[in-house]
Amino acid sequence: MSNHEQSFMSKYIFSTDHKVIGKQFLWLGIFFLMFGGFMAMLIRWSLSHNMQPLPWWLLGDILYQNSPVGVGIIGPDAYNQLFTMHGTIMIFWAITPILTGAFGNFLIPLQIGTEDMAFPKLNMLSFWTMFLASIVLLASYLLPTGTAAGGWTSYPPLSTPVGGIPGYGQVYWTLALTLAGTATLMGAVNYITTIVRFRAPGMGYFKMPLSIWGLFLTSILNALFVPIIAAGLIVLLLDLVAGTQFLVAGQKATIPGGDPLLYQHIFWIFGHPEVYILILPGWGVVSDLLSVFSRKPAFGYKMTALSMCTITALSGLVWGHHMYTTGMSPLLGKAFMFLTLLISIPSSIFFLNWLGTLWKGAIKLEVPMLFALSVMWVFGLGGLTGLYNATITADIYLHDTYFVVGHFHYTMAASVLFGGFAGIYFWFPKMFGKRMNKKLGIIHFWMSFIPLNIVFFNMMVMGYAGHHRRIFDPSVFEFLKPVLQLNDLMTTFAFLLGIGQLIFAINFVFSIIKGKKAEKNPWGASTLEWTVDYPIPHGNFESIPTVYNGPHEYSNPKVKNRDWISQSEKI
Amino acid sequence: MNQNINQTIPINDPFGKASNGKLGMWLLIIVDGLSFAGLLIAGASLRASASSWPAAGEILDIPLTAFNTFLLICTSFTMVMALSSIQKGDQGGLKKYLAYTMAGGLLFLGIQAWEYYHFIHNGFLINSSMYASIFYVTTGFHGLHVLSGVIYIGCILWAASKGRYSANDWDHVEILGLFWHFVDLVWILVFTIIYLI
Repeated sequence: MSNHEQSFMSKYIFSTDHKVIGKQFLWLGIFFLMFGGFMAMLIRWSLSHNMQPLPWWLLGDILYQNSPVGVGIIGPDAYNQLFTMHGTIMIFWAITPILTGAFGNFLIPLQIGTEDMAFPKLNMLSFWTMFLASIVLLASYLLPTGTAAGGWTSYPPLSTPVGGIPGYGQVYWTLALTLAGTATLMGAVNYITTIVRFRAPGMGYFKMPLSIWGLFLTSILNALFVPIIAAGLIVLLLDLVAGTQFLVAGQKATIPGGDPLLYQHIFWIFGHPEVYILILPGWGVVSDLLSVFSRKPAFGYKMTALSMCTITALSGLVWGHHMYTTGMSPLLGKAFMFLTLLISIPSSIFFLNWLGTLWKGAIKLEVPMLFALSVMWVFGLGGLTGLYNATITADIYLHDTYFVVGHFHYTMAASVLFGGFAGIYFWFPKMFGKRMNKKLGIIHFWMSFIPLNIVFFNMMVMGYAGHHRRIFDPSVFEFLKPVLQLNDLMTTFAFLLGIGQLIFAINFVFSIIKGKKAEKNPWGASTLEWTVDYPIPHGNFESIPTVYNGPHEYSNPKVKNRDWISQSEKI
Repeated sequence: MNQNINQTIPINDPFGKASNGKLGMWLLIIVDGLSFAGLLIAGASLRASASSWPAAGEILDIPLTAFNTFLLICTSFTMVMALSSIQKGDQGGLKKYLAYTMAGGLLFLGIQAWEYYHFIHNGFLINSSMYASIFYVTTGFHGLHVLSGVIYIGCILWAASKGRYSANDWDHVEILGLFWHFVDLVWILVFTIIYLI
């Protein structure tokens, strides 16, 4: 692909260049991150200031003006819609576009040393399908009955017309998710083909950066499990619009033989791999960054890659641990418990490898490193609490409480978010040619790390006290009275967390406009993307590099004058 | 797709000389196969818990669909002939056999539409019973695949009519063949599971 002249449209809008598509995914993801984050603020307000009007700084003068319970007040129905859309948007429209869409597109060709993706047009189609999905999702806000309200899992009967929540919000939700899944599948086929076929000469699988390993395994999981949920969504959609009753049972069912549990199985066969789909790129990025900022090779590189593979394989066999309380056979439950707990072995291996990477390293506390280190903390806590949820005896008590909410916010939200931030701060110089402001970055880090831990940890405390996951008004329960004050505390710190993200947004936009110009390799990293100058031309490399070294060649005693050597340099 | 990317394949490549498009199509087949698996297993699970189930041939017309199945297998044969023609450099043979395949696919869709029409006419609707729902969703999903396959063949046929392919350049025809054989193979599973057992 040569550096030919392009019109504005083909360069920035309908571009087939993986770097532009990556940035498009990044903007889409950041927009929805802010959108979903704002919804989290509304949820927190409702939980601690139940049925009180929203203040002006939560847009109380604009939102919920026609609310049936009073002007500017979040009613129970609106609350159900809020947490449903918060979950859906954060998982499928914020995390997936940023971690898989943006990093995947931007990094894969640059880090494996090739000119572009295997199928550039398919890549463009993937983004625009995602864009269409976003429009369908946002359109559901315009419906008189509002958006979907059955939770991000959309279990029947909440999601089906018979005995479910009225309105067409669920139809829009299902359509939007089907489209987003299609976009993901196009991406997955593209990523796998690119990684298998287009690695530069010398770039064996075990010379790939761990970020690429994470993205590779994520794509494999996407390719294997998104089709399953697609089948589930087709069935759900037919129940919603064609009058079938695949997922309806009980007295209201007019067609005998439907089964709501079928949906739960289909959903979690996809849904459990989905959490690894979200976290694997984050693990990869963190593994690489810890090595860069410790100035030494990643400890146990091969074992880290292989343990990520093991987790990928195991993740398809554990979906039943989401369904312990559905009355499944105890034998089956035990099998799922055993397989789930087995995942802690590979997880511990790469966690110890992370510690091994840090051990006696020359640690530089740059902003990306701060976020990478914080991933270790939040993922460590999230992973450990996962053991409680995996154990049947504990889970039957904890199921559907805020303990679960705290657990998955630590693992999915916090780890992935911080991994994403680490990546954005790290690759920003290569994406936009500028440096992000370090002071604002450090303020953003502390404004994220401390409030986030206070919010999510107390979620688990409240859940242990019995706070149900989706209740609208916690103050009506006698047994929750002693811990209700924690709700106020969490809300306050959630707002601080939100303000912290505004600092990030300001830093991000201002650095693009007025940031200090970045040099070619500001972090002294070995991987191939740092060997090209900004702005990176459409074909990336002047000539395809040959790879001689592993991805983490730091502090090699054979290298004189500097503590790193590029993957494409001969020692 | 990107014709300009032509670079050395790494040494440890496990996929030999397969082209990118071919690998991409195999991945699509895995993906698509899993969505069919999802539907078929969901249907089997609902059937397993059903109190009664119509016997084979009680509602569905097995001889008609058996003919349709035979027809689809024949189109797989013509697809092989199309690829074999162009590998020998026979442009006319390629166009002829692609046209046969496309016609076979259209006839399959026509018979399926006729079958649907009669069922709907007789009151066997998608929401008549769980059996009907499973029948329509599975065969309908497959029908959409045949339709996409027919459109896909149309695109390749159009390119073939412009002389796009030759004895040295027939990768697109082979990839099309992969998809078509997959659609054919899945139908044999759907036919067996929905109609015969």
